[in-house]
Amino acid sequence: MARTDHDPKVRRWGRKPSGIRGNEGTAGWIFVTPMIVILGLFLAIPVVMAFWVSLTSWQGNTNPFSSAVPFVGVENYTDLFAKDSLTRSTFMQSIGNTFYYVLLVVPLQTALALGLALLVNNKMLKAKGFFRTAFYFPSVTSSIAIATVFLFLFSNTGAVNAFLKFFHIDGPSWFSDSRGLLHLIFGAFGVDNPGWAQTEILGRSLWDWLAGPSVALCVIIILVVWTTSGTFMLMFIAALQDLPVEVDEAAALDGTSGWQKLRYVTIPMIKPALFLVITLGLIGTWQVFDQIYVMGKGSPAGTTLTPAYLSYQQSFGNFQFGSGSAMAFVVFVIIVILTRLQRWVLTDKDERKPFLGIGGNK
Amino acid sequence: MRAPHLRGVTAFALAAAGALVLSACGGGGFSNGNAPAQNTKTGPVKLTVMIGSSGDAETNAVKEAGQAWATKTGNTVEVIAAADLGQQLGQAFASTSPPDLFYTDASKIGTYAKAGDLYAYGDQVTDAGFLPSLVKAFTYKGTFYCAPKDYSTLALEVNTDMWKAADLTDADIPKTWDQLEAVAKKLTKGKVTGLVIGNDINRSGAFMKQAGGWIVSDDGTKMTATSGPPLVGLQEVQKLMKAGVLKFNTDTSPATGWGGEAFGKGIAAMTIEGNWIAGGMKDFPNIKYKTYELPAGPGGKGTLLFSNCWGIAAKSANHAQSVDLVKFLISVDQQMKFAAAFGVMPSTEEGAKQFAAKYPDDAAFVAGGEYGQGPVNLPGFDQVMAKFNSELAQLGKGADPKKMLADLQKNGTAAIADNG
Repeated sequence: MARTDHDPKVRRWGRKPSGIRGNEGTAGWIFVTPMIVILGLFLAIPVVMAFWVSLTSWQGNTNPFSSAVPFVGVENYTDLFAKDSLTRSTFMQSIGNTFYYVLLVVPLQTALALGLALLVNNKMLKAKGFFRTAFYFPSVTSSIAIATVFLFLFSNTGAVNAFLKFFHIDGPSWFSDSRGLLHLIFGAFGVDNPGWAQTEILGRSLWDWLAGPSVALCVIIILVVWTTSGTFMLMFIAALQDLPVEVDEAAALDGTSGWQKLRYVTIPMIKPALFLVITLGLIGTWQVFDQIYVMGKGSPAGTTLTPAYLSYQQSFGNFQFGSGSAMAFVVFVIIVILTRLQRWVLTDKDERKPFLGIGGNK
Repeated sequence: MRAPHLRGVTAFALAAAGALVLSACGGGGFSNGNAPAQNTKTGPVKLTVMIGSSGDAETNAVKEAGQAWATKTGNTVEVIAAADLGQQLGQAFASTSPPDLFYTDASKIGTYAKAGDLYAYGDQVTDAGFLPSLVKAFTYKGTFYCAPKDYSTLALEVNTDMWKAADLTDADIPKTWDQLEAVAKKLTKGKVTGLVIGNDINRSGAFMKQAGGWIVSDDGTKMTATSGPPLVGLQEVQKLMKAGVLKFNTDTSPATGWGGEAFGKGIAAMTIEGNWIAGGMKDFPNIKYKTYELPAGPGGKGTLLFSNCWGIAAKSANHAQSVDLVKFLISVDQQMKFAAAFGVMPSTEEGAKQFAAKYPDDAAFVAGGEYGQGPVNLPGFDQVMAKFNSELAQLGKGADPKKMLADLQKNGTAAIADNG
């Protein structure tokens, strides 16, 4: 139907604002201006500047926008992927490390957080407040402090190895053990650097890609899972407390077992919280920095390098800010793609939109 | 929100935001172009000095020295002890007002110089009479950048109680690799390893020098890691490891943080460290030890040298005053005061002579100054050395030194080419 001036909707928008609510829009803009300025100043503009820097070979001491700074186009990006260099192999190693790190941390912390939330949300549990505080405690403690404590716990003569010794197990020297978990498993079956794994992919052999997280990285994984599950537990608790009791009771009447209730009733209903937790987990884990900085700065043998730390090192250690920012943007793209993929997976089949133009219903 | 005058408000808000943002950028963030050759303000100025301090003793000594100069000249000096010097300097260089004066590690000279962060004033202080090996350590592409403030070299520390218990005398102090192996064998007993050293090139590199070579050519234009001597040096280290008389600090049981810790805990009879060992051994007062020059290899005597210089920021507005302060700080008297306060060795020939006379126990460290090799100071080498060190750490687990040197040669050559 063609809209005319008589159409009430059109007329309402076209009318000059007047009366008591007339200046609401103006007021609105004035109110949001401080936030726009702050976000612009500290978020949008630095991001744009960093992107510009990633297209130059800026060395960090003049104005990056002056004509004296050589513009190199996408060279910093292509070097990361196509140029056979130490930067590429280190960057690829950091990507490999972080891939295994994310692969372990995200499912583990989500499962642990959900488990803890279900526990402390249990009506039968006494001293709920105490347990909630206890589980949440690691999250409010400084990550640097926790990392330092872990350095002591997992040192060669630390509490963990002393505990293992009690069972007559010789604990590894955690922070200097660069052997990958998958390599150790392969080794148990007598496979060591076989011929089929020699293919080079992006400057690293397939065997190197298949190393898995090193023993040292596993310590960091344990640490991160332990610290972050508290925060995510809180989100799950909030979602669980929103669930209507009637549904629970109906499920009980239908004779569901505890597992069935969890799988077919509770989890589908807290899907938005699940989505939130996994998204935040994905983003946070790809950006891991503090723990790496405290616990070895990439050693042993570069197996705890992450792109975030490498980007910092490349910029402020080597003064190659262009290459450092390019790494940051590559990680940004990885995070966006993974989040998009994750959203697509978690959406019900009949509501899916195409994932980057592939699949879906429409 | 669509009304015309509202659009005006929006535009105004955005314009205001934009103006704010632009003024913020123009007002503070960056300066344009390169710093002039010499910046000199006249009248009393305030100098900022940023140091990477080993502790209160050092910080206070530098503050005192700065104050003495300030009183003499009518300027003011502020000393900042950085928590992480490298990182804080990196950020400061990006700002308009970096500290005027700062500690600069020899390995950073190329990186800072290439980025244009350093004011090269070496030619103004040459008459101080620095040790030639130090001048070389702070020279990049033919320019002597800054005045070395002190130095240390590696020497052999020997646990005297264990030495006697193994029936060794002063005549047995190793002068050659063979003798080193012989005494290390005698000292290795039960939990004690004859010699424990740090697991990176900053210790094993001494063996390369003793074999008669180094990983980078003298003029810093090409890699010489595969030239022969570096391999001979590493093979000697690996040979001692296979004989069970030498271990890296990370391979001892229990593993230790550095050679000095293994030495202090009594699981190493000898170690190779610099004169900072004195500070480290304060934690282990029961260990008695003596320090000797490192044994010579097939290529003669060799050791590694570590040093910091007083860097002056290219962007500093007070170059003349900064150089004047440096001249004050490197005077023999002042350097001897620093030596007394926190045990560093003076960087000048005259200072080193006085130091050796006053502290005879440290004579071995001073002697190393004659032939010590400074760290690789080329730009872009952080990653290259980190990669090599991570491979070198596996030497005791049977890693092939030939392969790691070949990797080093390849990566280093690429870094030199990239940084031209």
